[in-house]
Amino acid sequence: MRDRDVPQEGNATLGGRRKAVYAVAEDGKLRIVPSSGWEAEEIVTRQAVEDLERRAEAARARVLAGETSPLEYHMYRARMDVTLLSQSTGLWGWRVRRHFRPRVFERLPRRLRLRYAEALGIALETLGKVD
Amino acid sequence: MPPAFTHVHASHCESGVMSALVRHSGLPMSEAMAFGLASTLSFAYLPFIRINGLPLIAYRMPPRFIIKGLHRGLGLGMRFEKFRSPERGMARLDELLDAGRLVGLQTSVFWLPYFPPDLRFHFNAHNLLVYGREGDDYLISDPVAETAVRCARQDLEKARFAKGILAPKGLLFYATRTPPAPDLARLGKRALARTARIMLHTPLPLIGVRGIRMLARRVEKLSLADGGASARMYAGNIVRMQEEIGTGGGGFRFLYAAFLQELAAATGYRALDGLAARLVEIGDRWREFALAAARMIRGRDALAPPALGARLHALAAEEKQFFRELDAAQRAWQC
Repeated sequence: MRDRDVPQEGNATLGGRRKAVYAVAEDGKLRIVPSSGWEAEEIVTRQAVEDLERRAEAARARVLAGETSPLEYHMYRARMDVTLLSQSTGLWGWRVRRHFRPRVFERLPRRLRLRYAEALGIALETLGKVD
Repeated sequence: MPPAFTHVHASHCESGVMSALVRHSGLPMSEAMAFGLASTLSFAYLPFIRINGLPLIAYRMPPRFIIKGLHRGLGLGMRFEKFRSPERGMARLDELLDAGRLVGLQTSVFWLPYFPPDLRFHFNAHNLLVYGREGDDYLISDPVAETAVRCARQDLEKARFAKGILAPKGLLFYATRTPPAPDLARLGKRALARTARIMLHTPLPLIGVRGIRMLARRVEKLSLADGGASARMYAGNIVRMQEEIGTGGGGFRFLYAAFLQELAAATGYRALDGLAARLVEIGDRWREFALAAARMIRGRDALAPPALGARLHALAAEEKQFFRELDAAQRAWQC
């Protein structure tokens, strides 16, 4: 890649920042060139983010339909899956999955709720509802 | 009084951190040199490690490979410390900073507030440097950021003690001595030999050129039964690993080419210049693969897994040829 071909396409996922890319300058030497982004990259990053957002939205709909607990929604909001949430809280995966049942979640003791809120990086009051 | 620290923008976190650490301890070192001397370039397709249901694909050796490689190669006297308790981990960091040390940390990107929100995934092996603190803020040199940044204590603690795959466990590291000037020809020759061996002769079919082939065969066979949704996610994952995370473009191929040029200039072994130019072309082919995949994901071109697989097969063939030549050049190097 020549330095003049380094994409400067203002990739929205970089949030206005520039990343360092190596490219060939006039003298044939490779140097760092700051890039404001490449559309191909933006496409695949948005793809991953949108996939997680879709999962969260689907979980939200199921919370409102009474089919799952807000915990599952917040798990996807924090870009986690059951494995990571289980590792982050130190609870077994089957327990996390059990806490997705609305009835079980409602009776969850405060200390377990705190553990989830801490692992997800949200406030205790937020954990109980979907926004 | 230790010398003032200067932040330098880099493409990859670990090579950026290590080159800055080495420079700070008194030895000139570029990011490309750090990356190449540690023999970091690679390829790995690990279908048994799944993240959000997608296999791990890497264009480099595993995390901490550069840190350990340079530590051994240069004799940096690196110290590594992990912690069970976040409180003790943070207290130790403060202690080292107050003693004027430059400290490297392993962190999770997700918990670092200065990262753009769209790039905050649960990736646990992100390296950064801390060069001081002011009140409740840490002064951070994150090599992939253009300028130095700040991070609040609470956030940094969460980032250092995140759980999951490659959990950092509060890992911090620092260099304890000024390394002697290295014999670049000897170190370089050895590093080239190691990279050629990894790419051509790793006994696992998932690593190196054979790994690219294996991925190519998998991509060819991606099913379109669900309207292509899962095939698009799969292709997107490959491109994310290649470009989005800081690789300097073309899955680290450009960065390694920069290393070959620098090594040629520093040692006078000019055969490496031609190899660098060849690797830049291969990097361009990787970028073309990324572009073709992105266009299919967006629906601008028809989704055609066999076409993507064919590009990967071609890349495998080119890389095989390249690393054979690299190996031959390394063997012919009298030093």
